[in-house]
Amino acid sequence: MDGSILASRSAEIAAAAQRPARQFSPWREAWRRFRRHRLALASTFILLSMIAAIALAPFIWKVAINDIDFTARMQTPSWAHPFGTDDLGQDLLARMLYGGRISLAVGLSAMTVALTVGTLIGAVAGMSRGWVGPALMWLTDLFLSLPALPLLLLVIYLFRDALKTAFGPEGGVFILIVIVIGGLRWMPVARLVRAQFLSLREKEFVEAARALGATKTRQVVRHILPNALGPVIVAGTIDVAAAIIAESTLSFLGLGFPPDIPTWGRILYDAKDYLDIAPHWAMFPGAAIFLAVLSINFIGDGLRDALDPRKVL
Amino acid sequence: MGRYLLKRLLIAVPSLLGISVVLFTVLALAPGDPFGELATNPSIPPEVREALRVKFGLDDPIVLRYFRWIAAMLHGDWGFSFTSRINVDTLILQRLPATLFVIGSAQLVALMIALPVGVFAATRPYSVFDQIANTFAFIGFSLPTFFTGLLLILIFSVQLDWLPFVYRADIDATGWRWYWEHFRQSIMPITVLGLFQGASMTRYVRSAVLDVIRLDYVTTARAKGLGERRVIIKHVVRNALIPVVTLVALQMPAIFGGAIVTEQIFRVPGIGSLLISAILSNDTPVIMAVTFVFACLVVLFNLIADVLYGWLDPRITLG
Repeated sequence: MDGSILASRSAEIAAAAQRPARQFSPWREAWRRFRRHRLALASTFILLSMIAAIALAPFIWKVAINDIDFTARMQTPSWAHPFGTDDLGQDLLARMLYGGRISLAVGLSAMTVALTVGTLIGAVAGMSRGWVGPALMWLTDLFLSLPALPLLLLVIYLFRDALKTAFGPEGGVFILIVIVIGGLRWMPVARLVRAQFLSLREKEFVEAARALGATKTRQVVRHILPNALGPVIVAGTIDVAAAIIAESTLSFLGLGFPPDIPTWGRILYDAKDYLDIAPHWAMFPGAAIFLAVLSINFIGDGLRDALDPRKVL
Repeated sequence: MGRYLLKRLLIAVPSLLGISVVLFTVLALAPGDPFGELATNPSIPPEVREALRVKFGLDDPIVLRYFRWIAAMLHGDWGFSFTSRINVDTLILQRLPATLFVIGSAQLVALMIALPVGVFAATRPYSVFDQIANTFAFIGFSLPTFFTGLLLILIFSVQLDWLPFVYRADIDATGWRWYWEHFRQSIMPITVLGLFQGASMTRYVRSAVLDVIRLDYVTTARAKGLGERRVIIKHVVRNALIPVVTLVALQMPAIFGGAIVTEQIFRVPGIGSLLISAILSNDTPVIMAVTFVFACLVVLFNLIADVLYGWLDPRITLG
């Protein structure tokens, strides 16, 4: 969504004549409300520039991430190495740009897993009128009281080697981390979705759809789910931040990606023993994680203002 | 009260059982052998390995193995650490006090930050103070604990040289000096956890107080001529704390996650760092036991939250 939104939107509406103009207005209303949250807007800008840097950098900054140069060990930032170098003389900027791609990819994929599982379970629990709903909610509460990080560590410890042989070192750990982080973050989404479904399914418009003979799937997909989406999107945004932190935590504990894959957490892990001689080495990846998480959290807050129906009036 | 507690305890039992089923399923689904280490050890002959497998019943059906495992856990037979060569329960009991001390103090610090700041911000919504507090809260829970830990070490240990960055269990001092050294080494781990907790708690307190402060009974209290201080402290905060208690209890798993990281950074000899070292040395019995202890602690804190609930909210029937 760009600045000249009014002109382009109305032009689009005019072009798509068969579409009623009203269909756009909820999103435009949301955007109007989102814009009022200054910090969220600034965060969107920061996050988009980070994503752009990560995506475009390989074409501009062509230093290899594993270019070892013992004459330039642990150098402070300079023109040759804008972010300095580590103990093997590897360029930190290149490594961070590479790690950023992994961190954001893990965040987005884990969020997708969490939203899919959460929406599915919440929807089933919200639509069922028998024992299925309470049973699923009991499961949700059970998962909520699982200690996530110890369990994450346990699963990674047990399954790491098998997946490594199946999908290669990078792919195996990526799949494992995404599934486990996603699999331990779906509970809030499920609760939200169920709560929304319980109230929405009794609304008149759903009753009307039911009276017209809409199947249960159609009721859910066409009528209930779109109306329950606002809080889900907000929860999803916050999940991205939580997943990035979880992945960095694992790497920081030395149990995430293998050492030759420099995620932000891994760079911090390598840097933590050299805090006294090369503090810049730890500062850059730490600041990157902080900035990404902070801006995602602010965007989530802005989206809550924009999309959460409970905030209206 | 006794009956209420008993009922809550009975509700906690199924969730503990559920957690144990999840843990055991994960372990059973895992490829490889928990005794893999013995299998690769050339000094153990194959017959002995077979005998061990039979003795531990590793080839039995999974349901049978689960019941045997849970029975052993209930008996207090938690197995034997591969690396430390002592019983797992002794090992955990040695490490548990440090963890509980750090987590408990961090919670106190978080409460001491969150209550005043949250209440003050909520009584002046959208004021400058509120906005600053809100921004700081966002910064606080967006800063991962491992990064705050490193930052504090960099500032207070490396640059200023005020505080030690390694937590030591054996301080060779007595009397006041011991307490002083202990206090000094605890400051940073507790601050890291406390700030992280305090940040999210502040937001909970603020929104809970905002919800309560608009209610009619608060207006009534004011109309009776009570001072604003008294209205806030006696009438608003107590009711606002009820949802806060729930949210803090729900946060408990995240707190333990933060505690593991903090213990690892500052080398606090707690069960979190025990878990990491056990994973790095493939010490399966310790890993399973520590994970289970973490799960028990979460359930225990939920139980405490329920009790607090009953105390804060007399409307909850204690029957």
